[in-house]
Amino acid sequence: MKTIKLLLPICLVMPALLLAQGRGVDTAAQLRPPTDSWPTYSGDLTGRRYSPLKNIDKTNIKQLSLAWVSRGFTDGSGPTGRGAAAAGPGGGGGRGGAPQFPLVISGLGTGEFNTGGPAAIRGSILMVDGVLYPTSPDNVWAVDARDGSILWQYYWKTRGGTHTGHRGVGMWKNFLFTEFHDNYLVKLDARTGKEQWRVEISRFDEQYFSSMAPIIIDDHVIVGTGNDLDMPGFLQSYDAETGKRQWILYTVPMNPGDPGLETWPSLDAARHGGAQPWVPGVFDPETRYYIFGTGNPTPAYTPAGRGEGAGLFTCSLVAVNVDTGKMAWYYQTSPRDMHDWDSAQTPILVDAVINGRPRKLVSTAARNGYFFTVDRITGEHIATSKFGTVANWAKGLDDKGRPILNPEKVATIPGAIVPGSATNWPPPAYSPDTGLFYVPENNQLSIAYLIDPDPRGSMGLGGRQASGIGNYGNFVTAIDPKTGRIAWRHQLPGGGGPTGMLTTAGGLLFAGDGAGNLVAFDAANGTPLWNARLGNVTNAPQTYMLDGKQHVLVAAGDQLYAFRLN
Amino acid sequence: MKQAWIATAVAGMLWTAVQGHTRGESQDPPAGTAQQGRGAGPQRGTPPPGPGRQGGGQRANFPQQQRAPGDPAVIARGRALYGVRCGACHGADLRGGDQGGPNLLRSQIILTDQHGENIVPVIRDGRQGGVGTMPAFHLPEEDMLAIAEYIHNVMGQAGRQGRPPGSETLPELNILVGDAAAGQRYFEKVCSRCHSPAGNLRGVASRVADARALQDLWVSGGLSGRGGRGGGGGRGDAEPSRIQVTVTAPGSAPVTGRLVRIDDFVVSIQTEDGARRTFRRDGANPKVDINDPLEPHRRLVLELTDRDMHDVTAFLATLK
Repeated sequence: MKTIKLLLPICLVMPALLLAQGRGVDTAAQLRPPTDSWPTYSGDLTGRRYSPLKNIDKTNIKQLSLAWVSRGFTDGSGPTGRGAAAAGPGGGGGRGGAPQFPLVISGLGTGEFNTGGPAAIRGSILMVDGVLYPTSPDNVWAVDARDGSILWQYYWKTRGGTHTGHRGVGMWKNFLFTEFHDNYLVKLDARTGKEQWRVEISRFDEQYFSSMAPIIIDDHVIVGTGNDLDMPGFLQSYDAETGKRQWILYTVPMNPGDPGLETWPSLDAARHGGAQPWVPGVFDPETRYYIFGTGNPTPAYTPAGRGEGAGLFTCSLVAVNVDTGKMAWYYQTSPRDMHDWDSAQTPILVDAVINGRPRKLVSTAARNGYFFTVDRITGEHIATSKFGTVANWAKGLDDKGRPILNPEKVATIPGAIVPGSATNWPPPAYSPDTGLFYVPENNQLSIAYLIDPDPRGSMGLGGRQASGIGNYGNFVTAIDPKTGRIAWRHQLPGGGGPTGMLTTAGGLLFAGDGAGNLVAFDAANGTPLWNARLGNVTNAPQTYMLDGKQHVLVAAGDQLYAFRLN
Repeated sequence: MKQAWIATAVAGMLWTAVQGHTRGESQDPPAGTAQQGRGAGPQRGTPPPGPGRQGGGQRANFPQQQRAPGDPAVIARGRALYGVRCGACHGADLRGGDQGGPNLLRSQIILTDQHGENIVPVIRDGRQGGVGTMPAFHLPEEDMLAIAEYIHNVMGQAGRQGRPPGSETLPELNILVGDAAAGQRYFEKVCSRCHSPAGNLRGVASRVADARALQDLWVSGGLSGRGGRGGGGGRGDAEPSRIQVTVTAPGSAPVTGRLVRIDDFVVSIQTEDGARRTFRRDGANPKVDINDPLEPHRRLVLELTDRDMHDVTAFLATLK
């Protein structure tokens, strides 16, 4: 009792002290499931998006209510960040007048390509030391987690390029790391938004574009990039302190004698073969493997130039030693893809007992509609299952559980009925309590037409057009990763696809339902338990403890919503 | 199962909206403007048929598309020189030729060239160790620069997401490869339960002259194809839903109307008099019955083979 009495005041004082010090983030903090922070893309480095918090649970979820809403996040525009006209609303802060927070301006463009307007917050929002860090293409904000007010905005004047969704920032100590679409990696002081350094991570003139949330492991800042013009994919590590590149791992063969070259008709084809890693991966501290997925082969739809081979290491799970940059193993989830189905999705580390033996596994649900589990130490195949209900494109599985492409179910001149992506980059989640892997599932059919039958093949995403012919349902789907068996599916009646997922020790699964609601489901069976209609949920929900209360955070376009038990 | 049926029905209704808002399916859509791909969740559907060049007010693309237009006289001269000197190996369209020259439009040497500083030495000195061996060409400097300028001009016309120039204006291909007689047999066996060539499909091939649009139209049950080639799907939001919903609360009279929207928590319908009514949903209460006239069609498509599809399209194309 005496000890407790002594500790109590310390416990009360400690959070305040820690906050004042601003601990920032270290790797150890990312190896534990997150509680009082959300320090990395997936919450921790396992990719699980699982929180051990259980203040909010199935019994009290009906009382979950609004803590605050923050509206009107506005992308910077023009040379000053505040639109073509120097003054007036609509730029920078856009809260109906001059913004009340510092705007840091950077970037190599003129601002002419930054069109401004409402932010598109679609990535992960880190929460560290009571501050949130949402992003939109070319913009990063720091936001007070206690009331949603903006502390600073960082605005990047882009040189242009393909602007996909932005996946968020990474954090190390008190610094943020972020990619911008014209291929810069930038280090910012998390307290002020002040730029520390920037480095070009892939060539803009080779039409790369970069949006991945960096993953930081010790002093390794892991970055991937994207490309649609038949350029080689690669993953890189930069020194968090200096910005110097530590290693680069190409995901296609680049030189004579490189492994995998035998799966391409020529070195030239391999070097134009794609396999872009553009979504954050996961980290296994025992093996020091960073495990990530690679994108589709290119040209995407017309394989004339890439022959009959599997095209390594496209559409694969790849393990790379984070200290050396050397590939440890790979497992190809979509050999010789013909549908532009990246396998770049964030995988998830799973520990399970199979046949009486404890196994260290990694699982992924791929865009091609198949789910895979492999041994994360060796890459040995464990399980494959089909979760996409209309995935008609494969003839079966080979002896290693890989789907075999049906060459008739690809774009043809008179048209072939093929499925769309069964899932995409919005992240799945895994609960060690239920032992289930939760994935957003979408089932659509299209007629795919080959419009460029040139025997040389097309380029990039050229050569095909598709007409949608029907939606066959959108689901929140729970899969047993040990077997691939589907435990349950909850169909979303609104006709839209779910967002990324969050699951908690409170037995809950949170996701946007594609019809404007943030929904809490029973993680055991998918029953909807609670909802808030926000209009348009745009990222995967997150949770953290703040001031003794568990919060649930989600973005809706240019708005942030925080919920708690009030 | 009820739930599944409802969701699938509504999913079909919303398909048109999805189509209208989708912007390409590699990775995810560009987030260039507020109108583009701001939706939540995974993106699906078809690449847009729009032109590759970024229009006014939109985000510029890569350096190749941002380049200032060159001197037309120099480009014309470069085009002629390219045709004489380069086209045989690299192809008239720069995408590689019969004699093994690589595709120049995705060449790192050319993508990273500004004003011939990469290109000119290759023309002048030749190149080994790439795809094959390129001989040296003895040309005046200004000719080599004109060739470089022409190549850059072609690259500037490339489409978005790596599509080659001209990929939106390709010659139309004949998709009518099916056997019309076999298609008629399939039609009589399956489609004639609801449709007839003399009835609601009379003259369909005249109304929809484009064979691909015709195929999209009939396979999708009218969701796709009305916009003509590349249309992808009509915008459903302007039309009232074809889906009929009857909501029956315990102890209350059933209320029937057209579906406006549904999720796990509410269902909203428009009744005959134009009024909109919304009901809270709690599991199986109230009872919600959905009648989507397209549902049988959608189930049929799951069993439809590509060959049957081509045959039926060939048959329908005869219904002028």
